[in-house]
Amino acid sequence: MYTLSNRLRLFSVILMVVGLVGLVIGFAQRPGSIEEVKERMAAHDAHGGGHGEAAVQAEGHHGEEDAHGGDAHYEHVLHQLQNKPWAALYVAAFFFFMIALGVLAFYAIQFASQAGWSPVLFRVMEAITAYLVPGGLILFVILALSGFHVNHLFVWADPEVVAHDALIQGKTSWLNSWGFIIRAAIFLGGWLLYRHFAVKYSRKQDEDSEGNKWYKKSFKISAGFLVFFIYTESMMSWDWIMSFDPHWFSTLFGWYVFASLFVSGITTIALITIYLKSKGYMEFVNNSHIHDLAKFMFGISIFWTYLWFSQFMLIWYSNIPEEVTYFITRIEDYRLPFFGMLVMNFIFPLLVLMNSDFKRVNWFVVMAGIVILCGHYIDVYNMVMPATVGESWFIGISEISAVLLFLGLFLFVVFRALTKAPLLAKGNPYLEESKHFHY
Amino acid sequence: MASKVIHALYTDDDVLMDAVKKVRAEHYHIEEVFCPFPVHGLDKAMGIPHTRLAITSFMYGCVGLTVAILMMNYIMIEDWPQDIGGKPSFSYIENMPAFVPIMFELTVFFAAHLMVITFYMRSRLWPFKKAENPDVRTTDDHFLMEVDAGNHDVNKLTSLLGDTGAVEIKVIDKEEDNH
Repeated sequence: MYTLSNRLRLFSVILMVVGLVGLVIGFAQRPGSIEEVKERMAAHDAHGGGHGEAAVQAEGHHGEEDAHGGDAHYEHVLHQLQNKPWAALYVAAFFFFMIALGVLAFYAIQFASQAGWSPVLFRVMEAITAYLVPGGLILFVILALSGFHVNHLFVWADPEVVAHDALIQGKTSWLNSWGFIIRAAIFLGGWLLYRHFAVKYSRKQDEDSEGNKWYKKSFKISAGFLVFFIYTESMMSWDWIMSFDPHWFSTLFGWYVFASLFVSGITTIALITIYLKSKGYMEFVNNSHIHDLAKFMFGISIFWTYLWFSQFMLIWYSNIPEEVTYFITRIEDYRLPFFGMLVMNFIFPLLVLMNSDFKRVNWFVVMAGIVILCGHYIDVYNMVMPATVGESWFIGISEISAVLLFLGLFLFVVFRALTKAPLLAKGNPYLEESKHFHY
Repeated sequence: MASKVIHALYTDDDVLMDAVKKVRAEHYHIEEVFCPFPVHGLDKAMGIPHTRLAITSFMYGCVGLTVAILMMNYIMIEDWPQDIGGKPSFSYIENMPAFVPIMFELTVFFAAHLMVITFYMRSRLWPFKKAENPDVRTTDDHFLMEVDAGNHDVNKLTSLLGDTGAVEIKVIDKEEDNH
C-alpha cells in the first residue's frame, strides 16, 4: 500500500493556495474601463523606450485618421484583458482534465485489447483517472458559466453578437447555451460512469478472481466505453475548444485533440510510475514497462504531429480566407508559442526518444515527459487564447497561478487515490505475464 | 585449419533459450544458432553485441531528408519555379509545407531500402548464394546450436547438451572456416 507522505500533501496544498491567491489577484487586476487600459498601455510604452516612441507615433497617426477607431481599439483590448484570467483558468482546467481523460481512454484500451504487458500499471492509471471527478465538476461549472455568458469566453454565447452574425445564427441549433451544457453533462456523465464501474470491477477482481467474472465485465464495459468515448470526445472537442472560433471548423479536430490528450495521459502515467519507483514502491515494474510507455510517448507525439500537419497543410495550401484566418492569427500574433509547441511536441521527443536505449533511462523519459506536457499545455493555450484574448496575450500571473492551482489539485487527488488500493492489481488474469514482461 | 564443432538440435524455442543460457554459463563458446524463425531475446542470451543497424538507419534517413530538400529546391524553386495555388515560388522556406510529404516519404524510403541492403551485406546475403545452414531442418521446425568444441572434453560437452534437452547431437570436423 502506498501512503501519502506529509511533504507531498503539504506541497500540493501549497500549490493550490498559491494558485488560488494568484488567480484572485489575476481577476482583481482586470482593467475596469477604457481609461485604465489606456493608462496601462501608456505605462508599458514608456517602459519600452525607443520602441514605445514608435508605437506612440503610430497611435497618434491612427488617431488623426479616425478618433473613434482609436477608442474602439482600446475597448477591444479591454475586453481581451477582462477575458484573460477566465481563459487562463479554462486552459489549465481543461489541460489537467484532459490528462485524466487520456489515461481513462488508455486504460480502457488495455482492457479491450487484453494487453498482457500493462496490468502492473493499472493502479497508477486508476489513480490518475480519479482526477476526472473533481476536475470534471470544476470544468462543468466553468463551462456552464461560459455557456450562459457570465464571462465572454464563447462569442456564440453572447446574444448581441449572434444577432449580428449570420454564420453563428446558422449554427445555433447546435451552439446554444442549453444544448452546450446538456451535452457537457452527457459527456462527463458517461465518462465518470465508466470510470466508476471500471475501478469497482478492478477492485472486485482482486477480492474474487474465481472464473474471472469481474474481469470479463471490465472487458465488456471497456469495449462499450471506447465506442461512446470516440464519439463524445470528438463532439467535446467541437464544443469545448473549436467553438471558441465559431466561424472556423476542421473535420479532424476531434482526432487532433484526442492525440494531444492521449500523449499527455501516457506521459503522466510514465512520470508517476517513475516517481513511485524512485520512492521504492512498484518493484514489479521493470524497465521494459518504462520502455513501452516511452515508445507510446514517442509514437503518439509523432501521431499528434501528423494530425497537426494534416490540418495545417490543407488549410495553408487551399488558402481560403475563412479557413486560413485561424492560422494567420496564430502565426502573426502567437509566433513563439505556435512554433515553439512544434519543437517541444515533435522535434524534441523525436530526437530524445528515438534511441531504443534512452527509452529505458528514467531521467531521459522524465525530461522528455516534462517537455511534452509543457508542449501540450501550450497546444491547448494556442487553441483557446487567440479567440479569447487575441493579441493581448502574455504568460502572466493568471496563467501561472491557474496551472499551479490545478497542478496542486491534480497531485493531491491522484496521490490520495493511490493510497486507496494496493499498487498491484493482484486479481488480473494477465498479471503474471505483465510481471515477466521483458523486451 | 580443421576444428571440431558440435551440432545440437532442439525442437522448441523455449528449450533452446534455456540451453543457450546453460551452455554459456559453463563457458563454452556458441558459434551460431540456426532458427526457422526469429527467437525473441536470443541475441541477448547468446551475448551478441547490440546491433548497430538502427544507427545506420538514422543516418540513411538523414541522407533521404537532405536529398528531398535539395531535390525539391532544385525542381520547384531554382530550375523551373512553378506557381501552384498562388504560393510564392521563389523561396524554399515559404513553400516548405508543400514539400513536407516528399521530405517524409524520401526519409522513410532511404532509411528502409538502404537499411535492408545494409542488412543483406552485413549478413553476407546475395542472390544465388549457397545456404550456410548446416541442416535443412532448421528451415522447417528444428533449432540448431553450433558449439565450438575447441580443446574441451567432447564427451562432457555432449552429455551437457543432452541434459539441456537436445534431440540430436553430432560432432562435426570442419575442414575450413568458410566464414
